[in-house]
Parts: sequence; C-alpha cells; structure tokens
Amino acid sequence: MTTAELTPAEWAALDDVADFDEAIAAFDPVLGLEVHVELGTATKMFCSCATTFGAEPNTQVCPVCLALPGAMPVVNGTAVEYAIRIGLALNCSIAPWCRFARKNYFYPDMPKNFQTSQYDEPIAFDGYLDVPVGDEIVRVEIERAHMEEDTGKSTHIGGATGRIHGAEFSLLDYNRAGVPLVEIVSKPIVGTKASAPEVARAYVATLQDLVRSLGVSDVRMDQGSMRCDVNLSLTPAGNPVFGTRTETKNVNSLRSVERAARFEICRQASVLTAGGEIRQETRHFDELAGTTASGRVKETAEDYRYFPEPDLVPVAPSAQWVEQIRAALPELPWVRRERLQRDWGFTDLEMRDLTNARGVELVAQTVAAGAGAGDARSWWMSYLAQQANSAGVELSELAITPAQVAAVIGLVSSGSLTAALARKVVDGVLAGEGEPAEVVEKRGLAVVSDDSALQAAIDEALAAQPDVADKIRSGKVQAIGAIVGAVMKATRGQADAAKVRELTLKTIG
Amino acid sequence: MSAVPSTEQVEPTGPGGTEHPTVSREDVAHLAHLARLAVADEELDRYAEQLDVILHSVAAVAAVAADDIEPTSHAVPLINVYREDVVRPGLTPEEALAMAPAADAGRFRVPQILGEEQ
Ligand SMILES: [Zn+2]
Repeated sequence: MTTAELTPAEWAALDDVADFDEAIAAFDPVLGLEVHVELGTATKMFCSCATTFGAEPNTQVCPVCLALPGAMPVVNGTAVEYAIRIGLALNCSIAPWCRFARKNYFYPDMPKNFQTSQYDEPIAFDGYLDVPVGDEIVRVEIERAHMEEDTGKSTHIGGATGRIHGAEFSLLDYNRAGVPLVEIVSKPIVGTKASAPEVARAYVATLQDLVRSLGVSDVRMDQGSMRCDVNLSLTPAGNPVFGTRTETKNVNSLRSVERAARFEICRQASVLTAGGEIRQETRHFDELAGTTASGRVKETAEDYRYFPEPDLVPVAPSAQWVEQIRAALPELPWVRRERLQRDWGFTDLEMRDLTNARGVELVAQTVAAGAGAGDARSWWMSYLAQQANSAGVELSELAITPAQVAAVIGLVSSGSLTAALARKVVDGVLAGEGEPAEVVEKRGLAVVSDDSALQAAIDEALAAQPDVADKIRSGKVQAIGAIVGAVMKATRGQADAAKVRELTLKTIG
Repeated sequence: MSAVPSTEQVEPTGPGGTEHPTVSREDVAHLAHLARLAVADEELDRYAEQLDVILHSVAAVAAVAADDIEPTSHAVPLINVYREDVVRPGLTPEEALAMAPAADAGRFRVPQILGEEQ
C-alpha cells in the first residue's frame, strides 16, 4: 500500500503525527510480529468440544472449557501435530520435550482465570521465513511457535463504543474458549527502514500463504482465525539500542498490518521528537480511522506468574514422529508456484504480479475448472482485480468462485458471450444474481447468434445507409464499421462484431 | 517449579533462612493488585510477615534438594497423553448457563470489568 490509498479521514488522523519520511530520516523502526493462528482441528485443544465458527453462543462448551470443578484437560494430538507442521515449515527446531504452562490473569474471557499456554518451553523455536518484498527477499527470524488455547468472546453492553470503558456489564460466549492456537513470534526485525510497514504486511501475507498450504488453518483474518499483534519501537537512526515498544492489537487485515505499523512509526516519532517518552503499552488499532489508541499498560511476564500446568503431562514428540510429519509436508507454496509457472508458461513478471495479488491459487482453481491459464490469469488480473480494488477487498474475497470464472470463460470461448457481455455476467455474479448461466438468462445477455435475426438487422442497416454498401464494393472496406455499429446498437451490444462483419460482407457479396 | 521468574518465588536468605523478611510491603501490594484484592495499608506489613513465614517453611526443601535433582512439575512420570480429535457432546447451553449467577441472551453475564481493556 502507498499513502495514496489513505482516505481523507485517515489523512486527517495523521495530522497530529510526524510525516512518515521525516520519521524514517530520524529513526530506525524495529518490528516484532506476533501472529496467532487458530488451528482447524475438529475439537478444542484440551476437550472434545466442536470448534465450528459462528455457532450459537455457548453451544460448544463442556465442563473442561468452562473450568467446572474436577474437570481434567487432555491434549488434542492432532493439534500437536499441526503445531509441529507449522514449526517445521518455518524451519524451526522441534522441542524433544516441552510442557504447557498456566498464564494467570483476571479477565472473564477465560473461566479458569488462566490461559493454558507454553512459556519457556515452546514446541518449536529458532526458525526463519523468507519473505518476498518487492524484488527482494527479507529473511525474518522466528523466535518461537508455541501452543495455547483461544479465549472466549466478550460483548460489552451499555457503553457508547462497545468497549469496556463505560460498559455496564459484559456477556460471555465460551464457544471459542479452548480452541487450539499456535502463536508465532518473530525475532526483532531490524534494518527495514522505510519499508518496515510493507515488510510487516508481506511477512503476515507470506505466513498466511504458508499456513494455508499446510492445511492446518483457514487463516481468515476477517473471522479471527489469523490475528496479528504489531510490536514496534523506534531507535534514533544508527543507534543499536532498541527503544520502548508498543504492541498494537486488533489488526485484522493485511492492509491494517501495514497501516498500523506506519501509524505507530509516525506517532512514536512525533512523541520522541517532542522530547516525550514512549509508554510500554498495548494499543488498539482503529480500522476506520487507521490510527492506534492507548490501551492498558502491559503487565510484565512476571505478573502472569507462569508455572508448569500440573494437569497436563509433558509433550515429547519422538524424532521418528517429527520426521514422519516432515516427510508428509505438502509442497511449499513458493515451490508450487515455480512448478505452476512452468506449467502455465507465464513470464516471471506475470507470475510475480499474480503472486503479489494473491491470485495464484485462484488461477490454479480456475484452470482446474477447465479454463485456459492465460484466460484465467487475464480475468483475475484485470477485470476482477479492478472490482476487488474498487471494493477494497482481496481477490479471494470477491463474491465469485474460480469455477464461476471458468464458466464465464467457457461461455466466451464457445461464442455465447462477447468479452463485453462476459463482464456484465461477472457483474451479475458479483451482485449475487446467481451462477453465470442464470445471469445470462435473467439479464438476457446471450450473444444474438441467431443468423436470421442478425441478417434482418444487417439488411435494415444497409437499407438505411445505401451509400455504405457502394463504398464497400468500391474497396473502402473500413466503411463497414458504420454497419457493424448500427447492428450492435440494434442488438443492444449482444452481437458478435466479427460475425456481423462476416455476414455483412456476404450480403453485399 | 520451573525456572520462570516470578514475584512469588523470592529467594530465601539461606537454608531455612530466617534473618529478615524477604517479602516486602511493596511485594504484597503488587500481588494484591494482580489478584485484584483490596488490601488495606495496615494489612500490608502483617501479610508480608505471614507470607514470609510460609516462604521460609517451603525454602526448607531447598536445603535438602541437591543441584543434581531436577525441579519436579509432575508427580507421575508420564508423557504424551493425547486425545483423538473427535467431537463429543458437551453441555447444552441451558445446562451450561444453569450454573451461572446471571445469564443474558444465551451468554454468561458478568459485572462491569474495571481497569482492563483487551
Ligand atoms: Zn469443552
């Protein structure tokens, strides 16, 4: 994203913060990204409750996840396998022995008054992820990936803003409490300077791509199955000592990751330049304003009084099991892309643009549904990309499936639709009018392929412009445009221009 | 216990050490805040003293545990106890909420949350 994409409201919000270029001239940003991934297991981390998203409140709960007295947790073996899969794909070492720990805090989103997590013994540690940023690869070191459980969902009632402040009471739904999470923590990312916001976004996008390919999560940021906290600090340019960092939560889209990092750079620079100090605190990202606001002052790790979870025995994955999981890892997305590029015969530039637009899997699925690779690429990268861009969504978020795009492409190649009509069909699908064939039917968009209907229109056009026929006969073939234009007008654009041309020439003969 | 730093794991002054209090008023005030307990100013010294006695009693264990003894977190030497990822019925919302002090619209209702923003 560039600043040009900011809305006027976002620009206004930036008024009281430093200019980005000035901030970068004076300070080096240090990034740290914590990404939570909800695992796509059928059941929760420590109990057999379902994990279906969007179920009615408190319909997926049991004595364990409600922390009723005497209930004992048991680890979900599949969740451990998924965590190891993520660790291996991130080039991490897998702990031969590790434990869960209790993270103690008072907040009603966990009925236990603690969250079961891992503390100093993560299942995976010391890895890296190579992140494509523009033409370069930035290697982000991974500190750790550990297992934990998600918390319940609270709704604050009575406050004007739906936040805790001013609320009279809160309502708790524990369906999400206990859903398996893997938290992936990067090491501090230094030296990215002005590209820090872009690197942050690219890292999360690459991680999303990777985790999705592993089949362990649907990584939907809009549904919270992938969430990102952006840690950011500034250090005076050239100074090796890190400044105080803030942790921005609630960053729920790739675009927001970039905006949140950018905003914090500008805000912190303005505080520091004015001689102020940065508080170590949690901040909240406001999607609408594009700004961050102060939350609570962060409790330190000591304050969570972590200790080993006595109710769960240690996890000690055997080397044999880890190697089995490694051997069964799917083709990594970038390796897959190289293979697809060869199969499809795309240039490096075409493939890179497609990758940056996160359209590779969409094209792959469109091709799998019967379309040619070139047609599929051109639909996703031009007309559909424009629609996604103007709606401010990702290609994958458009209300059209690869199979539907393939169907439209099929209708064009069979001559039932012209390119212009096909775009109208796509508009109809995007507007929720049904499958492409239904849209063609409802909007009456099929090409007028009935030769007698076309012939009638041509005859009428020739009769109305008698001089044109003479011009064509005398060799001025370009004059045929007037006839084609008239026929297209008469058929409301639903004729195939090439066909009209051919029939007209035959008529004049 | 693990090697995790904790404000509660105050180092004893020595084997069974009793020389001077190792839990300060400030420690008690901090712990009270973490536990969201209102502890009156005059109670801080009293609790510091009492917690100190407890800590020193527990510290007696340190006097007999040699360096070659690993800290123990589990009483039984079991590892890798896993459950299959198969859904089993839990509680109905009615059963779950029947035990709650208050409920509203299928959810647990809790009083105003103070001093937190998550
Ligand atoms: Zn449960």
